[in-house]
Amino acid sequence: MITITVNSQRHDIDVDPNMPLLWAIRDILGLTGTKFGCGAAQCGACTVHLNGEAVRSCVTKTGRAAGQNIVTIEGLSSGNNHPLQLAWNEMNVPQCGYCQSGQIMSAVVLLRENPNPTDQDIDDAMSGNICRCGTYQRIRAAIHKAAAMQAEGAKS
Amino acid sequence: METNTISRRNFIRASSLVGTALCLGFYFPVNAKKEILVAGVSDDQAAFEFNAWIRIDTNGKVTLTDHRAEMGQGSYQSVPQIIAEELEVDLKDIHVIFAQGSPTKYGSQITGGSSTIRGAYKNLLRLSATAREMLIIAGAAKWNVSVSECYAESGHVIHRPTGKKLNYGDLVTAASKLPAPKEVKLKKVSEYKLIRKPLQRLDTPMKTNGEAIFGLDKKLPGMLYAAVERNPRLRGKVKSFDGSAALKVPGVKQVFKVQMIVFNTTRDGVVVIADSTWAAMQGRKALRVEWDDSGFEHVNTSDIYKAHEELLKTKEGLSFKKQGEPDPVLAQASKKIDVIYQTPYQSHGAMEPLNCVAHYQSDKIEIWGPIQAPDWVQGDISDKFKMPKEKVVVNMTFLGGGFGRKAFLDYTQEAVAISKQIGGPVQVVWTREDDLTQGPYRAGISYRGQGSIENGEISALKFKMAGQNIDHWNNNKRDKANGSTTEGFLKSYFDNIKNISFADVPYEMPLPNMWWRSVYASTNGFAYESFINEMAVLAGQDQLDFRRKYLKDERCQALIDKMEQVSGWKSRKKNQGFGVAITECFETTVGQIVKVSRHTNGKVKIDQVWAVMDCGWYVNPDIIKAQVEGSVVMGLGAATIHEITFKNGLVEQKNFYDYLMPRMSDMPPVEVHIMENTADAGGVGEPGLPPFAPALTDAIFDLTGKRIRKLPFNLNNV
Repeated sequence: MITITVNSQRHDIDVDPNMPLLWAIRDILGLTGTKFGCGAAQCGACTVHLNGEAVRSCVTKTGRAAGQNIVTIEGLSSGNNHPLQLAWNEMNVPQCGYCQSGQIMSAVVLLRENPNPTDQDIDDAMSGNICRCGTYQRIRAAIHKAAAMQAEGAKS
Repeated sequence: METNTISRRNFIRASSLVGTALCLGFYFPVNAKKEILVAGVSDDQAAFEFNAWIRIDTNGKVTLTDHRAEMGQGSYQSVPQIIAEELEVDLKDIHVIFAQGSPTKYGSQITGGSSTIRGAYKNLLRLSATAREMLIIAGAAKWNVSVSECYAESGHVIHRPTGKKLNYGDLVTAASKLPAPKEVKLKKVSEYKLIRKPLQRLDTPMKTNGEAIFGLDKKLPGMLYAAVERNPRLRGKVKSFDGSAALKVPGVKQVFKVQMIVFNTTRDGVVVIADSTWAAMQGRKALRVEWDDSGFEHVNTSDIYKAHEELLKTKEGLSFKKQGEPDPVLAQASKKIDVIYQTPYQSHGAMEPLNCVAHYQSDKIEIWGPIQAPDWVQGDISDKFKMPKEKVVVNMTFLGGGFGRKAFLDYTQEAVAISKQIGGPVQVVWTREDDLTQGPYRAGISYRGQGSIENGEISALKFKMAGQNIDHWNNNKRDKANGSTTEGFLKSYFDNIKNISFADVPYEMPLPNMWWRSVYASTNGFAYESFINEMAVLAGQDQLDFRRKYLKDERCQALIDKMEQVSGWKSRKKNQGFGVAITECFETTVGQIVKVSRHTNGKVKIDQVWAVMDCGWYVNPDIIKAQVEGSVVMGLGAATIHEITFKNGLVEQKNFYDYLMPRMSDMPPVEVHIMENTADAGGVGEPGLPPFAPALTDAIFDLTGKRIRKLPFNLNNV
């Protein structure tokens, strides 16, 4: 039995500790917002936060996450209202949408570490996330937008 | 219970409004209680059979159906946006559901050829206006006033003189008993409140919080998971297999042989059934399979292109289109070029790997998945499993990309075969490696262009193509040229070039191949438009001015004007790295101008892409812009980053570490402009792709003097 905390909820799950966290989250806990894209840490569709850090859940063993805090896209905000989610909506970023959970989870860490990223910072932080629909231009704009919203929020 | 509900439903067939091939209809429920149960239907209740775009419940709930797949291109927004305009309902008040596969109700449902809007919008506008008129007539009758005193707005019928209003829900019972009016008045473009507005997509919020259900997210009670080890050489058979180690993996339930039908062949595989995806994948790794590779071990990419070149040099091929006599003109010309272009095999590489949930029962087959062609799948499963069509229920989920791959029948048939064998619901999950190594692929095609210039004009133009042909996937008889030989090439060229010919040289190779975003235009466009640029250079003329002489129709001229204006084409300096191409497919023309420069690190960088699209009548300009932005990225990847290659019958690319994708750092700024006219609607999802590669290579020629004729090429080594 492995205990993991996902989106502030404790779960005791009976799985092979080698099972990637991705499949434990999706198949066992039924949280399907985190996506399977490559199984090899190449595309970022499966990005979740492990103790606040962005990790590729497709190559992170569930055993390694035991006793730790995991946040998935479902736990990012209560009302789809994290500044990045708001900005994503305003810029109409998603097309097929499949990679977007991972894109947003990567961007959250970027903005936390770097509240006012340059284009180069965005390239560096987001180049681990593939979008086959090619929404990169809008992702970039949405990250800048969210940064501005955060700065505005901090002032008021 | 649900069947009873259907029989009590008052179904009005508006067949007088539409062609015989389509059976568009809408029905109004008369039993409020039952209807509330199915309105805004949840995924698990989707077994209920819908047969209309519009449903209005007696409680006022409006449910609109998207009859096509939503794979990123925006049908989930644009179909309702059209209906809501003429129906006079607010988009915030409606519910959208995906249709199940049913060609008798919806006509074609194949989401391909950029056809969703252009194929349906006229009928949708009329159908929606008809429903609105019937509600107005019902309202007028209820108040005993003249119809001309009433109008509709925001889901209500309003009596203009008194301001009295009734919700549509209060009128559906009466409206459903009325005959459909024969003539309805449609709005002028200037009267649109929703159409042509950049409205936010209805599916955006659910794609930013993880709520959207894709195929892989579909779960059924008692569902098991399946992973299949298929022959790595694309068509071989299983000689023998040993599943004993796989069966020892915790969670693994069964191991057996399965056949997947690929066109007119079958591909053997061994399937592992387990209680989780991971266990099935682990079991699969423990399998030992001996394959019979059926002679496929000799397939090599380099041989394919050598064969193409040989064919293009020695054969005339099957004529597709010819006017004038290019051959004698070419033979006598002194100013001429003769070059070969090559394009690679490509995988679709959709972010969501293939998957399918199937539940085979003795009297019914139901499947759920990322499916581009639910109507085809229904017919195919009905055929192959000898089940009446009406007992085959095909449910579309959101698609994590499609690009043509998910308009195929192999993965759905295989899933049903597996479910039949285990006697219960199953989800078959493909890996990225399966996706890349199993095909089908966009065929790599080679082209030969021959052309001559006399007195600054094209005196002859001759194109031949050689490559596999998806027209012939079910038979190898090649007695007719590829039906898409000129796809991508602007029709207007034919009006103004006297001697011109296109031919297709048959090339046989049993690799499974099929359409890929923008289909033949994706490869034709590179060859044909690159060649036009080379001819302009041979004539010593500006590429856009050169095109103006041949693309004389009004829309092309306006498009070229716009391209010049937005890109500052006229004020550019020589060797500044500007390139151009214009292609046409699916009734839409797109021109692109690409600007490149030499970066301080010595590498060529794409500074800017300007795209101008003429798609005629359109729905949502923001979705169009997004489609063109995305098409540029996909075109960039196919031109400069990835290709599928074969070595000894095996595909060499396994995952995104060797089938590389464009990433954030590769994204050039893309500026999209839409031509404003009301000509018949053209496609939007694909036509933005073909002009990118030839415009990019033209820009590189302008900057460096080097003409690139083989894709992909490495932008870092230019």
